[in-house]
Amino acid sequence: MASPRSFIWSRRIFLTLLTGFVLLPVYVMISSSLKPLEDVSGKFRWMPSGLTIQPYFDIWTTVPLAKYFWNSLIVAGAATVCSVVIAVFAAYAVSRYQFRGKRVFTVTVLSTQMFPGILFLLPLFLIYVNIGQSTGIALFGSRGGLILTYLTFSLPFSIWMLIGYFESVPRDLDEAAMVDGCGPLKALFRVVVPAAIPGIVAVAVYAFMTAWGEVLFASVLTTDATRTLAVGLQNYSTQNDVYWNQIMAASLVVSIPVVAGFLLLQRYLVAGLTAGAVK
Amino acid sequence: MTTIVNSPKGDPAVREDTPGATRKPRRPGRIRRLGLPYLLLLPALLLEILVHLLPIAIGFVMAFKELTQLYLRDWGAAPWAGLGNFDVAVDFNEPVGKALLHSFWITCVFTLMSVGLCWLLGTAAAVFMQETFTGRGFLRTLFLVPYALPVYAAVITWAFMFQRDNGLVNHVLHDQLGLADGHPFWLIGDNSFFALLTVSVWKGWPFAFLIVMAGLQNIPKELYEAAAMDGAGIWQQIRRITIPSLRPVNQVLVLVLFLWTFNDFNTPFVLFGRAAPEAADLISVHIYQSSFATWNFGTGAAMSVLLLLFLLLVTGIYLVLTSRGRKVSRG
Repeated sequence: MASPRSFIWSRRIFLTLLTGFVLLPVYVMISSSLKPLEDVSGKFRWMPSGLTIQPYFDIWTTVPLAKYFWNSLIVAGAATVCSVVIAVFAAYAVSRYQFRGKRVFTVTVLSTQMFPGILFLLPLFLIYVNIGQSTGIALFGSRGGLILTYLTFSLPFSIWMLIGYFESVPRDLDEAAMVDGCGPLKALFRVVVPAAIPGIVAVAVYAFMTAWGEVLFASVLTTDATRTLAVGLQNYSTQNDVYWNQIMAASLVVSIPVVAGFLLLQRYLVAGLTAGAVK
Repeated sequence: MTTIVNSPKGDPAVREDTPGATRKPRRPGRIRRLGLPYLLLLPALLLEILVHLLPIAIGFVMAFKELTQLYLRDWGAAPWAGLGNFDVAVDFNEPVGKALLHSFWITCVFTLMSVGLCWLLGTAAAVFMQETFTGRGFLRTLFLVPYALPVYAAVITWAFMFQRDNGLVNHVLHDQLGLADGHPFWLIGDNSFFALLTVSVWKGWPFAFLIVMAGLQNIPKELYEAAAMDGAGIWQQIRRITIPSLRPVNQVLVLVLFLWTFNDFNTPFVLFGRAAPEAADLISVHIYQSSFATWNFGTGAAMSVLLLLFLLLVTGIYLVLTSRGRKVSRG
């Protein structure tokens, strides 16, 4: 159906403005990361006075960016792997079995999503400190504590998304596998999981993004040795100077892994994110 | 986890039973089956309890304790405060209560505006992109970039753009368009509210776009075809078919956006630092600041409990209202 001109023109104008709005910070990030310090300290200019890639070398020495990067990678990676495995088990139980407390479980897990992070922060901080004192297990200030925290952040949503994906795998398939002598777990890993790979990929991307971008808990539960990028990126300013070109370069560098992963796998993630809300 | 892996090993024992007795071998099988879902849920359940439910429970207890720096090492020993912390939090004549009330109102107004704008932009973009045109796929991917960028990287960039002397915003508004009088501050003072709103909408609208786009796919094409046959123009179709059909999707979307925006900590924290300016003092940062600046965790916990009660109340009312609306529209 041909759209009327009024519609096409409204669409053009609206989408152009919106594209500008979306891209503005991306442009600033990229262009400022290639400017010399005089440029970013003075009046803003759309075009740099001279292009330089020096900030991309300096970011690693001004602050220990590699260490922050490593910490973030370990924390987000471990949280992702653990939360995917745990969510697969939980979602399988919910989608394939009838049991007492099923509704209570799903409702409780989902409703924790609505609680403000600040509500958990203070008690969790105390729990971790106290566990450390009474058992010697260092949760406060360690990567382990942060991994534990982050994997529960993505868990409710992951379980929810995976239930939807598992429901779409016909029951006959895994029931047939069980008739053929597979145990329930074998049926899960041989039949259900392979069929739901897109959903599992989506959950993994979501979990990684959640952990990679978290600020609140990272700023309270880490120490100098375990700082993640979320906190470390704020260290590029000294008493006298704010190294905006380096901040922009570092922002770009730390964004690339998640943005690349997201754009590559967005098809799966978008399908997973929207399936629950639309149903 | 080891228990789960081990459980199938029970099988041989079952099979050793005499083939004639059909009941006997089935019983252990049934018990295992009944237990299996719980075993599968166990890791998720334990973690939820440790990181979500237990802290909430402790948060409730903390709210009734006089939990200052002195008792941080052994919070159980802190003296009971009764309703003291709540009295302090809601005494709107005293500085603490007054600041909390102010922060609450700011958060309400901010959330309404941000959710409204996110919804509007997301819906408009999704509706405009419903039919195919050149570059649609590319734009769709592009619009997801704000969603994919880590919060701190995106918000730090906005903080740079809002700098008074070397930021893009003042350069464009004053130097290029002549709209602003001089170079105003954006990250302190009253303007900070609009700075925060801009960043929040920039970051939040792609999610609305995603959800609405998915919702649009569920509207049957025949509806539009029938409307077109009856002579309805495209604008009329949008008003009469698209918007009403999105209702169930919007009910979920608005609730999720509301909760995320209301609880948002990351955006103001990265944009302004530990203490937000008064005009943009969102409640999460406010509670964080008043707890960690004074190390008075008891009052902070009381404020968190009040916040939770408010959110439960609003969500409950919203769910009741929307489900009633659904019944009416069906009938």
